Amino acid sequence: MLHIVNKSPLQTRTLESCLRLAQPGHALLLTEDAVYAATRAGNAALGQAAAALKVYVLQPDLEARGMAGALADGITPVDYAGFVDLVAEHPRNQSWL
Amino acid sequence: MKKFMFVNRKAPYGTIYALESLEVVLIAATFDQDVSLVFLDDGVYELAKGQQTKAIGLKNFSPSYRALDGYDVEKLYVERESMEARGLTEADLIVPVEVLSSAEMGALMAEQDVVLSF
Repeated sequence: MLHIVNKSPLQTRTLESCLRLAQPGHALLLTEDAVYAATRAGNAALGQAAAALKVYVLQPDLEARGMAGALADGITPVDYAGFVDLVAEHPRNQSWL
Repeated sequence: MKKFMFVNRKAPYGTIYALESLEVVLIAATFDQDVSLVFLDDGVYELAKGQQTKAIGLKNFSPSYRALDGYDVEKLYVERESMEARGLTEADLIVPVEVLSSAEMGALMAEQDVVLSF
């Protein structure tokens, strides 16, 4: 299952809710303002729960925010085509609006 | 028949999400699908008893949740953490629900055919 989060972890608790429900082995894609959780300064928001997940970040959103150089270890950047691949690979997805 | 899960995470009147979700739920039920409703985070507030909306000029749609079983929509789930964090108990909710832990809710979500987010 693919979870998609697009809110800053400092602004809302959306990421926290997602991490509470996501099951080990699930994929998590961080887009828009959620990309701050993929940075070295912000990835504490991912916490322990994320260790059991495959975590991806949308590179164009990271670049747009000047954060491309701050990507934390263990997180895989994807472009728009990669985003489409992730959606296609996972039969279920939940957008944490 | 497909398993549809509607994930409700917003309080009822500040945005249109809660009402829109309810409308889509009724449509799905009309098509005789296996429908589950999940109430997470502020979505739990959608089910609070005693909503009085006259003074804000919006329709109180909370009684509609009680009508769902007439459409064979009987699977209503509330996440325990969300409910307790808001000081609510099952007795404060307008309809009977099944209260699940985060892990149980996550597992239920993962077994759906379609997950729709509101």
